[in-house]
Amino acid sequence: MRFNSKRLSDWKWAYIMIMPLMLGLLVFYMWPVFQTFYFSFTEWGAFGKYTWTGLANYKMLFTDKELLQAIRNTSIYIILAVPIGIILSILLAVLLNQQVKGLSIYRTLYFLPVVTMPAAIAMVWKWLYNSDFGLINYVLGLLSIPGPHWLTDNRTALLSIIIVAIWCSIGSHMIIFLSGLQGISSSYYEAASIDGAGPVTKFMRITIPLLTPTIFFVLVTSLIGAFQVFDFIYMMVGDIVMESTQSIVFLYYKYGFLKNNKGYASSIAVLLFTIIMIITYIQMKIQKKWVHYE
Amino acid sequence: MNTRIHQRKSVQTGFIHLILILGAVIMVTPFIWMFLTSVKTLGESTAIPPVLLPKTFQWSNYSKVFLNLPFFTFYWNTFITTVIKVIGQLIICSLAAYAFARISFPGRHFFFILMLSVLMVPGQVFLIPQYMIMKELGWLNSLTALIVPGLFSAFGTFLLRQFFMTLPHELEEAAKLDGCNQFRIYWQIMLPLAKSGMIALAIFTMLWSWNDLMWPLIVNSSPDKMVLSAGIAFLQGEHKTNYTIIMAGSMMAILPMIIIFFIFQRSFIQGIAFTGSKS
Repeated sequence: MRFNSKRLSDWKWAYIMIMPLMLGLLVFYMWPVFQTFYFSFTEWGAFGKYTWTGLANYKMLFTDKELLQAIRNTSIYIILAVPIGIILSILLAVLLNQQVKGLSIYRTLYFLPVVTMPAAIAMVWKWLYNSDFGLINYVLGLLSIPGPHWLTDNRTALLSIIIVAIWCSIGSHMIIFLSGLQGISSSYYEAASIDGAGPVTKFMRITIPLLTPTIFFVLVTSLIGAFQVFDFIYMMVGDIVMESTQSIVFLYYKYGFLKNNKGYASSIAVLLFTIIMIITYIQMKIQKKWVHYE
Repeated sequence: MNTRIHQRKSVQTGFIHLILILGAVIMVTPFIWMFLTSVKTLGESTAIPPVLLPKTFQWSNYSKVFLNLPFFTFYWNTFITTVIKVIGQLIICSLAAYAFARISFPGRHFFFILMLSVLMVPGQVFLIPQYMIMKELGWLNSLTALIVPGLFSAFGTFLLRQFFMTLPHELEEAAKLDGCNQFRIYWQIMLPLAKSGMIALAIFTMLWSWNDLMWPLIVNSSPDKMVLSAGIAFLQGEHKTNYTIIMAGSMMAILPMIIIFFIFQRSFIQGIAFTGSKS
């Protein structure tokens, strides 16, 4: 009897404790998911009035050249930014893990972009990239390399954004890898040294395999993040973005809030959701093949 | 033989430092450039070849930002929304996280999965309906719109649950025998022990809130309800060519976070490392 009333009291408290969160998530996050699905079948007029149009938005999705270009841009962005960001930050983490002097100073400096507002970062990079007054082309000029019109040339604009994104992400990845590296027992390296393994062999045969759970985590999170690139594009290239830099999320923003076509924007959001789900699913499936848990 | 190994070792460390220093220069240059541009004259900022150091520091660029925009208001808006979101998440997420980690109640698994499913959905899927809700409630162009959706976080709850799970079970047994209810166990025993988790969540929320751009851009368009990130975008629109002023504004927008980072460096870095190892 007493036991039961205690359990009931536990349950009562549990429900009270999860209630604020669950209510908030329900109203602002779960219900909106269903609404977005619903909106994706509607067309929006003035004053937020919308009418059901069935699959019209989805038909448009599959024929929209602008969207196709945005998907291509986002893919290029992901294919370049994610692996380069991960490789560079692993290398840096390995170097920092060599008991070098000044570890905390390096760590601080590399981490600085992580805590800085993307809108402000975009502004200074925009100025660094400026083809007339920018520091980058000036330095390239000193090396007698003709600098491109970074942000205003269709061929280099996306690349310019990718460079900033990598610059920005290295710090936090590096910290995660560093803590992963510190979890690897030194006995593995000692055993390998006795067997006469060099640094490269140790890196490839011990460090990388034992780091795969961390690599997997960073890969999943940075892929999801990369799909949602917006701030840098919005700030560096502006409201009227060149087709060559427009990302999926930028296009979503444009339709949803600049062109006020929230129905079509919703269908873009559904598409984005689907792509991310598929890719995450694939990653979960193939992780068994390459991620080693100790 | 020994000196040779020694020599090779020092060449190696020299090489490591060379790469690390080069990387550090690349990391820091934009910040230095931001600062230097912010104190140049307009002429110096657009000189060819670029002027590295301004002749005299034009601190007036900073006051010009305040003359052009209600920058104090931006600061206050950013500050107050961030503080309320941090406190709100700490309370709401830690309550739920404790229940999920420590109490077995019917439906726990169901509610937990429900919460986790929110984590899987990209933010854009929520945006338009959230905007509509704000509009219906008449919250557009108010700080409420910036704050309320940010009070609830599936990520924060998940993060804190991981912390609560690591605490030993003996802790609450004595309290239970003494007849403490779950809320008192949470409040008096568990919460103080989950301090590092709470700090990690506070830091993440603070960073995201301070730096967020898209949501403030969507819900608030009047300058007196704007936050710093949207303010920078606004400043850029006003001063397409005057980069000294834009850089001064940017400098002021990033400075508080950088100062906080220098003070709480250890917690920042631990927080990032923890999410990497526990997810």
